[in-house]
Amino acid sequence: MTTVDLGDRFGGDGVQWGAILKDAGMAALVALVLTLLLFGVRLSDGGGGGLQFRPWWVVIAVASVFAGRGAVALWIGTRKPASAAALPWFDRALARLSQHKRLLFAGFFLAVAILPLLPVADRRMVDLATLVMIYVMLGWGLNIVVGLAGLLDLGYVAFYAVGAYSYTLLAIHFDLSFWACLPLAGAIAALFGVLLGFPVLRLRGDYLAIVTLGFGEMVRIILINWSDLTGGSEGITGIAVPTFFGLRFTPTPAAGETAFHQFFAIPFAGIHKLIFLYYIILVLALLTHLFSERMRGLPLGRAWEALREDEIASRSLGLNPVLVKLSAFGIGAMFAGFAGSFFATRQGFINPSSFTFIESAIILAIVVLGGMGSQVGVICAAMVLILLPELARDFAEFRMLLFGGAMVAIMVWRPRGLLAHRVPSVRLGPEPPGARRGGPP
Amino acid sequence: MEYFLQQLINGLTLGAVYGLIAIGYTMVYGIIGMINFAHGEIYMIGSFIALICFTILGLTGVASVPLAILVVLVVTVLFTAAYGWAVERLAYRPLRGSFRLAPLISAIGMAIFLQNYVQLLQGARVKAMAPMVTGGFVVTEKAGFQVTLSYMQITIMALTVVLMAGFSLVISRTALGRAQRACEQDQKMAALSGIDVDRTVSLTFLLGAGLAAVAGVMTTLHYGVIDFYIGFLVGLKAFTAAVLGGIGSLPGAMLGGILIGLVEAFWAAYFAAEYKDVAAFSILVLVLIFRPTGLMGRPEVEKV
Repeated sequence: MTTVDLGDRFGGDGVQWGAILKDAGMAALVALVLTLLLFGVRLSDGGGGGLQFRPWWVVIAVASVFAGRGAVALWIGTRKPASAAALPWFDRALARLSQHKRLLFAGFFLAVAILPLLPVADRRMVDLATLVMIYVMLGWGLNIVVGLAGLLDLGYVAFYAVGAYSYTLLAIHFDLSFWACLPLAGAIAALFGVLLGFPVLRLRGDYLAIVTLGFGEMVRIILINWSDLTGGSEGITGIAVPTFFGLRFTPTPAAGETAFHQFFAIPFAGIHKLIFLYYIILVLALLTHLFSERMRGLPLGRAWEALREDEIASRSLGLNPVLVKLSAFGIGAMFAGFAGSFFATRQGFINPSSFTFIESAIILAIVVLGGMGSQVGVICAAMVLILLPELARDFAEFRMLLFGGAMVAIMVWRPRGLLAHRVPSVRLGPEPPGARRGGPP
Repeated sequence: MEYFLQQLINGLTLGAVYGLIAIGYTMVYGIIGMINFAHGEIYMIGSFIALICFTILGLTGVASVPLAILVVLVVTVLFTAAYGWAVERLAYRPLRGSFRLAPLISAIGMAIFLQNYVQLLQGARVKAMAPMVTGGFVVTEKAGFQVTLSYMQITIMALTVVLMAGFSLVISRTALGRAQRACEQDQKMAALSGIDVDRTVSLTFLLGAGLAAVAGVMTTLHYGVIDFYIGFLVGLKAFTAAVLGGIGSLPGAMLGGILIGLVEAFWAAYFAAEYKDVAAFSILVLVLIFRPTGLMGRPEVEKV
């Protein structure tokens, strides 16, 4: 917390208590300034000007910072500074794991595929797995835009919202089935992507980020205020669940109709529907994955990566940057549209509060924390970011606090993401020995 | 006409606040090239500290209003600046020189953290205070419609002008300003010529947070209602203002802030109030399409 570099303080004869105490004292002083008013005084709700003083909170906060900083200083002091920060054991473990990449991949896929059929799988578990899958799919979709094409998109949730609302409105007003709406919703989202992208893709990195962020907010505000179409902030309810080749998931089918459990002559269970939804999102997510993996080998995918690495060089080689970026933007938006449709049908209702900036931030965090462009990284980051808050339901109030803190901590710890290494899509000449370490592509 | 004049006054007041916050964005972006996403939350923390100070002063019974405001200003700026410093030290400095997206993600995480931190400490409900500065001038009056310029609005605008002037002086005349401009152009070279880059960046964050704190004090006084969520939208608009004016340019940030404030006020007055935020962002998109470097930004030369 202070500017003291601890590394060189412990050169010779053991621990220097004076330096540690001074360092921890400085940290405690800063903590005192930070906490004095916000911890020490609680404003009463509403007007009235009531106050509640709680000096003990300040004392506890300052004392714990003092103790914590002192402990960290001791811990860093007793080992080499480099090893504390870079954590080479993590990289070593990754390298060892990636030697058995195919085996691991197959095992993981098998586990994911049979997960809902296992006897331990209850409703909550299948539901959680579905939720994680949605974010994995969104992460893979955004990875096309951010990881492959290098366009920073902070408003990805706008396309997710467009997909969800397109699906819902089509399904309700035109009575179309999920399977008919899904491609339509994707197409509409892609169209939105192209329409937004066309004017703004000439902008450089951070400008693009802020414009997409603004666009995400605009979509949300329009959804809230255009009540005739979108139902305003209440949203739309009563979205139908997809059918299994025409068989509905219902305990009481209408006359002359066969429900899923009757057709297969099994007792009705609510979990059937959840398992069916899980497999839909699994297939959708895998499609996204296969698509982007194939894209990397195709000319368009190579153009994305070339443009990300060096725009000027690619332009001088005859690439049309606007067209190339636009395709990435549109395709990324399309997958968000698919995910949005699925989200709407899973929830059964939608309203604008599901499509706030926080969602965009979570999706981008999944891509970046996982290691940009790494497909496996997206899975890991989605599991960490979605499962941890869900498992920490007991500390519901601290959930988002921990979430924000974890984002900062992971970035400081591994700025390039959990699985930082990326295998190049195309290589000239033979592969250098030992190059294939880190995560699979 | 009277209605127009009143909206102009309201828009200018709002714009002054956006401008003050936008300077924090533009300075940080200029010097280390990152969007300090947590800056809006720093403004929110400033508002809370200001409200706490006002309430404490109210309990001790300070009679003179200008004295109270002055004391609160100083205290709030100091305590909020500490937050600005700590955020940079914890979340951004370890990532300096790392790849482009890392500080941005860290900043987004910090923004989420700070929002929930204040929500946990102070509760999620709205906090309010009774207006301290009341009254104002009646500029014109016609057919029962008064155009008023309240004392509070005068204070906000005057304070903004004074701070802007002082700030321009700091940047153009002092050693700190010189160091900042040097770091903006080339950090490595600046370090070689004896400038402490870390210290300069820290001071930049302190100054930016201080200005956001002033904006927080002013909005708390003027509007009187705050909650833990106010930082996000205000921060977003202030950043829009900074981009609009040309990021890295101080007068540009002020100009952008005033433009955004005016657009919002007039749009809310003459069109649909619900869509005022949409209007502000649309202006941003339009400006960026036709002038990608913002209104007062220097055109960027691409080097190959």
